[in-house]
Amino acid sequence: MSKMTMTQKIIAAHAGLEEVHAGELVLAQADMVLGNDITAPIAIQEFEKIGGGKVFDRDKISLVMDHFTPNKDIKAANQCKACREFARDKGIKNYFDCGEAGVEHALLPEKGLVTAGDLVIGADSHTCTYGALGAFSTGVGSTDMAFGMATGKVWLKVPSAIKIRLTGVPGKWVSGKDVILHIIGTIGVDGALYKSMEFCGEGLKALSVGDRLCMANMAVEAGAKNGIFETDRKTLEFLQDAGARDPKTCTADPDAEYDQAIDIDLSGIAPTVAFPHLPENTRTFDQIGDVRIDQVVIGSCTNGRLEDMKAAAEILKGKKVAEGVRLIVIPATQKIYLQAMEAGFIKTFIEAGAVVSTPTCGPCLGGYMGILAKGERAVATTNRNFVGRMGDPGSEVYLASPQVAAASAVTGKISHPREVMPV
Amino acid sequence: MTVKGAVIKYGDNIDTDGIIPARYLNTSDKKELASHCMEDIDGSFASVVKSGDIMVAGSNFGCGSSREHAPIAIRESGISLIIAKSFARIFFRNAINIGLPIVECPEAASEIEPGDEVGMDFDSGIITDYTKSRTYKAVPFPKFIQSMIEAGGLIGAVANNVLGGAENEV
Repeated sequence: MSKMTMTQKIIAAHAGLEEVHAGELVLAQADMVLGNDITAPIAIQEFEKIGGGKVFDRDKISLVMDHFTPNKDIKAANQCKACREFARDKGIKNYFDCGEAGVEHALLPEKGLVTAGDLVIGADSHTCTYGALGAFSTGVGSTDMAFGMATGKVWLKVPSAIKIRLTGVPGKWVSGKDVILHIIGTIGVDGALYKSMEFCGEGLKALSVGDRLCMANMAVEAGAKNGIFETDRKTLEFLQDAGARDPKTCTADPDAEYDQAIDIDLSGIAPTVAFPHLPENTRTFDQIGDVRIDQVVIGSCTNGRLEDMKAAAEILKGKKVAEGVRLIVIPATQKIYLQAMEAGFIKTFIEAGAVVSTPTCGPCLGGYMGILAKGERAVATTNRNFVGRMGDPGSEVYLASPQVAAASAVTGKISHPREVMPV
Repeated sequence: MTVKGAVIKYGDNIDTDGIIPARYLNTSDKKELASHCMEDIDGSFASVVKSGDIMVAGSNFGCGSSREHAPIAIRESGISLIIAKSFARIFFRNAINIGLPIVECPEAASEIEPGDEVGMDFDSGIITDYTKSRTYKAVPFPKFIQSMIEAGGLIGAVANNVLGGAENEV
C-alpha cells in the first residue's frame, strides 16, 4: 500500500510513476503552463534561445495580460506586444488580452481551464490558487515556463506536507481570508517552506469554493509549494458549471505521512488583519486599536470574486466612504464585473464614493491604479504587505477580508464589520 | 569552480518586492533591473556592490513573487554567490535556472559579517571566511548544476548541450 499525500498522488500520476516519496526529484508532465505580461516576456526570450519552434501543445498554455494592463506605460505596452505576437505566432489558444482578460487566477477557474487532478505550473507565485479545485498547482519562474512551453514538462522536488484538519462553522463576519491569515499568523511566512498544505475535514463543508480559492491562493505566503483541498460536491458543481474537463479526484492514502497536523476549529476564528510588513503579523480586533487609513483596495486574485464583491456591497449599501479615504474596487474578471453590475453592486460602490476599475492586478503589487504615497496606509484584500508593496517604501499595507476592508472604508480606520452593520 | 568576494549582508524574509520593486517590472532589460536591485531595502546597494561580491542573508530569502527579475537583478549586479539560512522555493529554482549560485548554510549565514572576505569551492561545498579564518561545510553543487552555472543557466546549458546527456531524459 502506498502512503502518498494528495499532492504526491497527482505528481506521481504526471511523472508516470506508481509512487513518489518526499524529497525525490521527478520530471512531470503539465496539463497547463501559465504566464502573464510580466513573466512571459522573459520566458519568450528564453524560449527563443532554445531554438524557438513550436510550443508543446497550443491548447495547454495560457497567457493572461493582467498585471500592467490596460498598458500603464510604453514599456508595459511593449511587453504585452511581445506576448501578443508570440501568442499569434505560436497559435496559443488561451491568450487573454484587454476585453477578455481578468486577473489570471480568477480567470482560469472561471473559464474551466483547470480541473481536479491537474498538474499546473505558472510563472506567477499565486498559481497555487487552483489547489482549491483539487489540482496540484505551483508557481515557477520564467525559465521554467519557457522549458514548460517547449516540452510540457517541469522538474519538481516531491514535497512533504502539512495536514490541516478543519472542523466547525465560521462565524458571521469570518471568511476564507480570515482563516488563511490565522494559519499564516500561526505557522509563519516560512512555516510551510517547500511543503504542501493539504486541507481536509468536515469543516470544508462550511467553506465556499471562493473561500477555498482565497485560502489556496495564500498558501505561498506561508512558503508552501502548494495548497490543496479535498474535493466535494461543491468543487464538482463549480467545475461542471465552468465547463472544466472531467475531474480526477483523489484523497490522501489513509496512512499518508505528514510532517505535521494542525487542527483548526473554524468557529474559533475571528476577523483577522495582517499588519505591515509580513503576512504573518496577524492581529484580531482585540489587539488592533485605532489605525487610521488613507486607502482601501478590494480586489485581486485573492479576493476579487463575485462573492467578495457581494460581501463588500452588503456593507457599503446606503453608506458613504469616509472623508479622506479612497476606495478602489476591482472585480477580478470581465464576467465578475458584469455580474456585479447586474446585481447592483457596482451602483452601490459608486454611490458610496468608490472608484471601480477594469480587471487588473495593478495596485496589489504597486504597479498602478492606486499607488500609495510616503506615510500612507491602505487596507487591502490582497495577499502581500511587504515594504513598498503598494507604492512608496514608507507606506503601509494591512491585509484583510472584503468585509473588514469595506467596513474600514466607511469608518476611515481599520474596523470590524459589526461597527457599521446592525447585529 | 570557486568564487571569492566581499560580503554584503541582510536579515530574514528578504522578499522579491524588496529585491526588485514591481514598478520596474515593465522591463526585462538586465542592466536596468540591476540598477534598481535592493532599492527599497538598501538604497546604496547598486552603487557599492562590486563584481564578485557575496550576499549573505537569513531565512526565507526571496519570499514572495515568482519574478525571475529578482535573481536576474542580483546576478547582473555582480553578486557571485548567495549564502542564506534558507531560501523561498520559487526563488531557489529561479536562481539555479538562471545560473546564479545559491547555497543554504545556516551556520555560515549566522556568523559571517558584512565586509568579510568569503569564498566557496563548489566541488567540496566548503565556505571559507578568510577574514575570520573559519570554514563551513555546505552541500556541494552537483556537476550538472555547476555546468548550468557556467553556461549561464538551464537554457544556456540546453542550448550549448553541456548537460552531458541529461537533457535526453527530458
